[in-house]
Order: sequence, then C-alpha cells, then structure tokens
Amino acid sequence: MMHNLTIAEQIKGLKSRDFSSLELTEHYLSRIDDSELNAFISVTSEQALTQAKMADSILAKGNASGLTGIPYAHKDIFCTKGVKTSAGSKMLDSFISPYDATLSEKLNSQNMVMLGKTNMDEFAMGSSNENSYYGSVKNPWDTKKVPGGSSGGSAAAVASRISPFATGTDTGGSIRQPASLCGITGLKPTYGRISRYGMIAYASSLDQAGPMTRTAEDSAIILNAMAGFDERDSTSANKSVPDYTKNLSKSLKGLKIGLPKEYFSEGLDKGVERVIIQAIKDYEAMGAEIIEVSLPNSMNAIPAYYIVAPCECSSNLSRFDGVRYGYRCDDPKDLNDLYLRSRSEGFGDEVKRRIMIGAYALSAGYYDAYYLKAQKVRQLISEDFKKAFKEVDVIMGPVSPTPAFELGSIKDSVSMYLADIYTLSVNLAGLPGMSIPAGFSDNLPIGLQLIGNHWSEELLLNTAHQFQLKTDWHNASPVD
Amino acid sequence: MSLDNNKVKEIAYLARLSIENSELEQSTKELNNILSLMDQLGEIDTGDAEPMAHPLEMSQRLRDDQVTEDDLSEEFQEIAPKTGNNHFLVPTVIE
Amino acid sequence: MTWETVIGLEIHSQLKTKSKIFSGASTAFGATANTQACAVDLGFPGVLPVLNQEAVKMALRFGLSINATINKNSIFARKNYFYPDLPKGYQISQFEIPIVGNGVIDISLEDGENKIVGITRAHLEEDAGKSIHDMYDEFTAIDLNRAGTPLLEIVSDPDMSNAKEAVAYAKKIHALVQYIDICDGNMQEGSFRCDANVSVRKHGDKLGTRAELKNINSFKFLEKAINLEVERQIDILEDGGSVVQETRLYDSIKNETRSMRSKEEANDYRYFPDPDLLPVAISEEVLLEIKKSLPELPTEKKLRFVEKLGLSSYDAEILTSQKEVADYFEIIINKGADAKLSANWVMGELSAALNKNQVEINDSPISANELFSLISRITDSTISGKIAKDVFKLMWEGNGSVDEIIEKQGLKQMTDTNALESIIDDVISNNLDQVQQFRDGNLKLLGFFVGQVMKATQGKANPKQVNQVLNEKLT
Repeated sequence: MMHNLTIAEQIKGLKSRDFSSLELTEHYLSRIDDSELNAFISVTSEQALTQAKMADSILAKGNASGLTGIPYAHKDIFCTKGVKTSAGSKMLDSFISPYDATLSEKLNSQNMVMLGKTNMDEFAMGSSNENSYYGSVKNPWDTKKVPGGSSGGSAAAVASRISPFATGTDTGGSIRQPASLCGITGLKPTYGRISRYGMIAYASSLDQAGPMTRTAEDSAIILNAMAGFDERDSTSANKSVPDYTKNLSKSLKGLKIGLPKEYFSEGLDKGVERVIIQAIKDYEAMGAEIIEVSLPNSMNAIPAYYIVAPCECSSNLSRFDGVRYGYRCDDPKDLNDLYLRSRSEGFGDEVKRRIMIGAYALSAGYYDAYYLKAQKVRQLISEDFKKAFKEVDVIMGPVSPTPAFELGSIKDSVSMYLADIYTLSVNLAGLPGMSIPAGFSDNLPIGLQLIGNHWSEELLLNTAHQFQLKTDWHNASPVD
Repeated sequence: MSLDNNKVKEIAYLARLSIENSELEQSTKELNNILSLMDQLGEIDTGDAEPMAHPLEMSQRLRDDQVTEDDLSEEFQEIAPKTGNNHFLVPTVIE
Repeated sequence: MTWETVIGLEIHSQLKTKSKIFSGASTAFGATANTQACAVDLGFPGVLPVLNQEAVKMALRFGLSINATINKNSIFARKNYFYPDLPKGYQISQFEIPIVGNGVIDISLEDGENKIVGITRAHLEEDAGKSIHDMYDEFTAIDLNRAGTPLLEIVSDPDMSNAKEAVAYAKKIHALVQYIDICDGNMQEGSFRCDANVSVRKHGDKLGTRAELKNINSFKFLEKAINLEVERQIDILEDGGSVVQETRLYDSIKNETRSMRSKEEANDYRYFPDPDLLPVAISEEVLLEIKKSLPELPTEKKLRFVEKLGLSSYDAEILTSQKEVADYFEIIINKGADAKLSANWVMGELSAALNKNQVEINDSPISANELFSLISRITDSTISGKIAKDVFKLMWEGNGSVDEIIEKQGLKQMTDTNALESIIDDVISNNLDQVQQFRDGNLKLLGFFVGQVMKATQGKANPKQVNQVLNEKLT
C-alpha cells in the first residue's frame, strides 16, 4: 500500500514511475476523507490535485528534484497564501493569508503537494490538542486518548498514514511530545535553523519548526528542504545547510550517551521507564557508552518556561485586535468594545490565561521578579547542558512522563504544564531534540528523546537512524 | 503572590480581555494556581547569572536601505473587517 | 514672582531613509493611504522585523555630532499598548539601552550668550500610523503608510528655563539634523515633532509635577504653548491647587492647551527586549567611518567664520544656522569675495527678498555664483553699493546677468575724474549759500552736496570719490 511507504521509498517510486504524484495524492485525500481523527482543519483537495498534476509533468521531464510530487500536511500555524490559516483559533477562522510563510514557499518550490492544514492547539498553546477551536484530535492508537500537542493534528496524520509527513512547531515540546504519544519521529532543530517568517508566533525566542515523519531518514530528507538562512527573519542563523542524509549510516561505536539522573525520578510512569531503559540497552549493544550526567536545573524549566512563553505571547498576540484582519465582534459600540469583545470572543480560555499571566509578569513591579528571573534561570539551564555536552555527545531520556492520556482527563492547566518537564529545557536552551518510537506501554507508543548540542542535527539523525535499523518500533502502525 | 478579583480585572483590561463577573472567581482561582507554579522561581538562587534573552549568541543583522515591497493594499484590504476610502475603519476614537 | 520653570524637550525626528526601519516598504510622503504599508507594517500574523542599516548610521551620525556616548550593544524593546494606528499592539523602541547615550549641544540665546544643554539620550523607534477622525462620522479611519517609518527620539535634560531657551534648543536640533542630512526637518509634514515637558517650582524647591505638551508643529506654537502652560501651572499653584501629571494637546486655533483623553492613560507599557530582534553591535571601525563622513558641524563652522573670516559672532551664528545658507555663503567666499560684504548681502538684500517672496535659498533665482559676480562689481568699483541694490532687483526678476544689466541700464559707475570734477564744480557754484554754511561749520551739509552730485550723475558717481573731491574743494 502506497501509504505504508516511507518518503524515501515514495521518492524512488515516483522517479521510477511506479505510481504518479496524482495517484499518491488521490490516495491520501481519500484516506483523509475517511479519517475520523479530526486531524485536519482544512483539506485543500483542489489545490493539491493541481499541484500533483504539475509535479507529474515535471517528473515526466526527468529533471525533478528530490521531493517533487511528495504530499504533506502543513500545520495550520504556517501562513499559506490564498488558503485559510487559523492557528486553531476562532480569531483567525476567517483569515485567508495574503502571503506565504518562508517555509510554505520553500516546500512549494520543491513542487510538493499540500494536502491540507492540520489541527493544533490554539496558537500552539497546549499539550493535548484539546484547545482547538475546531475540536480535539484523536490519537490513532486509541481514539479515546489525546494525540499530544500542540502539533496533534500533524502527529495523528502521519501516524495514521493519511500523510507521509507533516510540518510541526515546537516551543516547549509541541513536536516531540505528540510524536512520542503517536509513535512517530519528530525533530525540533536548533533554534534559528528553520525560518520563523510566516510562522504565527507564540513565544518568539522558543518557537521552532520541524519535520514529523515516520523515520529518521525521512526526517533528514525533509530537514534538507526546510532548513536554511532567511533574510526576513532576524533570528535565522546564517549557517550553511549540510546534507542531513549523508551521515545517517555512521557507526555509533564509541558514542557517549548521557542519561540525566534528574529525568529518572518518581514522577516517571513505570511503563515509560521500562521502554526507555530497554532502548538505552539497545544503544549499548550498538557500542555506545552510557554515562550518567546531571542537569540540576531541570525542574526549574517549568516555572521559567511558563513565564518566558506567556510574556512573549502576551505581546505577540496583541496584534489580534479586530482592526486589520481576523475576527471582529458584531456592532462594536466604541474602540474599547471592539478590542474587548473581539479578543474575548476570538480567543479560547487557555490562550486568554497565558496572555494574562504574561501581561501580569511583565507589568510594573513584577518584571524583575518574573521575566528577568526566568531569563536568568534560562541561562543556568543552558549552562547545565553546556557542561553535560563536554562529557557526552547525545543526551537521552523520556519525552513524556506518561503515555497518551484520556481526552478530557486533565482539566487544570498546571497539571498539563507539569507534563512538559522533559521537553521544556531543550527549547529554553535552543538545542535540537528528537523523539523516536521506542516501544509500547499498555498498547500506547512511547518515544525516546534524543537531545544534542547546538547544530548537531546530523549526529541526532544518525543516532536515531541506527536505532531504527536495529529496532522495528517505527514501523508499527495503528492502521493497515 | 496571590491575585484578588480586582487585580485580575485590571490585568485583563491591560490585555484588552474582558471577564464576565460570573467567571471572575474561577479565572482568579486558575490564575493563582498558575502563579504559584511561577512563584517557585523565587526560591531559585540564580547567583550572578546573566538573563538570557536569546539562545544563540548573535548580533542583529542589518538590511540595506532599499524599497523592496510593492503596493498590495488591495489584497490586504480585501481581508479586513471594515474599510472605507482605502482606510481601515474602527469606531470613532475621541482623543 | 519667584517661580522657576523647568523644561525638557522630547523631539521625534523622522529619519530620511528610503525604506522603513523594519521593513522594505517606502517612506515617501504623500502616497495614497495604505499603499506603503507592507505585511510587516500591517502586523500580519507571522511577520518579522529586520533592521535598516541606514537608520542605524543616521542615529550614529547624530550621536557623534553631539559628542554623545555610543552604546556598542543597544537593545530594541517592545512598548506595549493598544491603539488602532499601532498595528502590532506594541511599538518597537529602545528602553534600557538606547543606541545614543549622554551628549551635549550648545545654543545661542537672544542676548548673544551661549548655553550648554544636555541631551539625556537618543534612541531609534518606529513611527505609528495615522488616525483620521473627521473622515467619517461614526468611524475613525486608519492610514498605516507612516507605520514603521524610522524615528530618532531625542530627549533633552530638563535644562531649559524658559520658552525662548526651549525654542533656541529646538531650532538648534532642527538645524543640526538637517546639517548632518538625517532628517528633512519638515514640520508641516510631521518629520520633526516637538513635545515639551513643563513644570514650575519655587526657587530652591524640588522639581514640580510636569505636564507633557503635544501636537506642536511650529517653533512659534512651541513658544506659545510653553508660555501658556507655565501661566496655567502657576495659576493653579498660586490658588493652592496641584498640577496633575498628564498629557495636554496644544490647540493653535484656540491658543490653549487641553487635557488629552489619552490613549496612554494610566498605561503600563510592560517594556521587555524584543525577542524578534538581536542586540545591535556597533564596531569602532563603523564609528570611525561615520565620524569621517560627517560634514563640518554648525558650531565648528561658526568658529571658523569668526576666527578665519573675521565675522562677528552674531553674523556667524545667522550664516551657519542653516546648512543651505552656509553652503551658499561659502560658495561666494571661496571665489574670493570679501567676507563682511558678502555676509551683509546674504543676510540683508538676499534674505529680505527670499522672505518677501517666500522662497527657500535653494530655490533662489539668484545663485551664489551670480551674487558673487554682483559683489565683485562693487568691490572693483564698477558700480556703487547703492546701484548694486537696483541691479539685484533686476537680477531677481530675471533680467539677465550682472554685466548684462549694468550694460543695458548704463549703470556703470563714473570713472572719468575730470568729468566728475567739473560736475562737482558746477554743484558748488550753484549752491554758494550752502558752501558758506559748510565752511562756517555745518559739516552735515556734506551729505547735501553728495546728494546733489549723485543726482547730477544719476547715481553713477563713485560715492567715495565724490566725498573725497568734495572735501578737497570745500575746505
């Protein structure tokens, strides 16, 4: 079945004309239509078919580049010209973006086929995709469970094989955690690796886009297309893009893997722990050396993140005021009414909570105690990693303290926030991180997290790929 | 640091959000819950650590002073809630 | 009567870059509404700012010309507040670490005294759009063309003690920013906006509460507004009340200030470093390069005019206060004209004609070269100073070059000494009474004789010569 092929295999298949991009696209569109996971907010069938036909004509000429004709799902946080871009929010339900995000342009220029925009937690704020204006997304492994968030739609789409890959964004774990909960491979690259221009901002100094695929090899192929300097983004790193597929097959002999002792304490679910420990043993068997490291400020990541992110987002979301685009309340009687009602009616509860937390933390008298202090803690967390990376090459651990939980089971924000404990510090330090399928507990997928030093995506992908050559977790599927 | 209802109303207004009086109690509770998480920061000894605004040590890149953008006002105004005479319209503001 | 006034000025100077500070949209004035507001300026979701190099250079030019400290790693910060002409809901500005720190500038007061005014800081920020309240009854119309235009906000120390000093300072800054070519100074178009912070106190007391005056678009109004405000505050305090810290708008039609129902009322701006931008690093090389590229500044030029050209301080001040005037004057001097004579002509006849006809010196129908020619004809005695004024008028009206006009009108000064002598003899012999009175001691009558001779020669006699010969013959 076409949908069980990896991207690498699909590229070969298109090249050797085993099937056409149109056939591939129609196949996926039909599967999307049948899917009840609510993974998509918009399905752009007409546009997709047009793109597929165009891709086929290029493929026919014989000079197609790597990803021509490959379909993908695009998280609805990326602006797509002429196509609805909602960020999972009522505030942008009517927003047809007049411009393309750099990432959208890049993928278009590869002549890829966009199947649609995926569902997500509103404005990327959430860890379960239950905060979307368009309803929750279901986990394909157990539709009573959450897929994770905020890139829940993207993760569910890839896991249920209704798209070969999807774009995601990760601010505090929003690629890695849903990847873990849905049993797919998710990569958040180093901050600055992929352009943020046109990616609706949540927390500017933490947000980063990344590929969500089934395999590490696919991830490398996609990263090649996504990465690169963008002069429209001042925080984009002017660093050349290597060929991420080149060194996937290097041996891991002598690789030093760090296990942070703080990651293996009581809060960790026994099932998760078992899977992680087995994965580590597998790495040992491949010749890696396991070293205990310490990241003493790990727990501090939670308060630090839940100040920095809300502060930045409270400001980033001020532009949603009903004046130039997006939702405007009916019959505003004066300017204040326009602002108050448009924003209160347009935003969901979690978004409003974080905006208020941010506004408070930045307000007069509290700036030093909260924002400034959080940025200092951020420095400490960053230094913890710097120290650790002097002794090890890659750090490993869990992604999520538990497997996927029941939809509606976590009602209060704080409990939800605490589950981000393993992923947050990676964003605070701007480091690259991956989640790869490493096993199951109670029939639910468990991801292994790999964290590398700045700009070590090649090493991470290599490390992940070798694991996927030796194990079969990434091939498990909740569907046929 | 615990917020009372009035403070919550103040903060909401600062962010141009309105909270129905019926929901105020609940909102205040939720916010205080989150705040107690944030207040853990106070217990951390950050020594002489510098605040880290960006994960990467880079300086601001500079752009050449050239006009590179065309007039797309028509497309931009097509998606606006209310326009008139090439302008974006809001209810009258009194200064 | 022992009230002291304390004034500080905040000047927003629009930098004359081609494109906006954070986007590539044009900054040209006068375009149709919203045609120069790109996605970044409109604050669409996902857009990001990138800093304009020229804006940075212009800020540095200013900093160097007031001998200010330059902060080698300045930070952009977000100033958060809601207003429809502020698309992002925050203004990108600089807060804790501005690009330009402390500097000084000296100003000339009316009595000829100099005063040094401190400048606290100058920072870069983006301008907001425009809100038009009278286009519709029930709506305010928003034009975002101006949103994103680079501004340099120049903040003075509260060093001025009366309206005239404040105006002198504002004029000096106005001249300076045009001198160093960073701003066109057009107050009508809003390129140069002055806000005044005014407070009063009794001598020896601590600083009083200040009010901020806005919406002042001329130096005349600046002086009026400040004086009104000082009076208002003194009245309040003498009545036993207290001054409220607020923003007041100056109404030039009613000539009053009124409290602004402010968009910034009780605003907590929640400043924090903008995470979309990185610290602006300034190297020594860049500073050196910019320093080299600065023109001779007004203060240096004035000194040179006084010391090297022998002009009075007053004359030098006037000639150097505007770059175009100084440039015009220097063309004439550099061709070898006498400094004092040239100064008189530029500040006298030329200035009067320009003012009368509401023409800027750059649009003068008489170019510097042409004025030089006129002055040369005085110096070489071809015509007298008096005749030169007539020639000037004819040149202004476009009647040809100096020599053409002199030729056509037959205005050449008399050079034939014999002819002059005989005319003088005639005048003397026709006015024997006055000759006697003169010889009896009424020396003022010399003027009468000179007048007669000039009349007889239709003004073409050389006045110096006439004086000399008359003196010889009368005594």
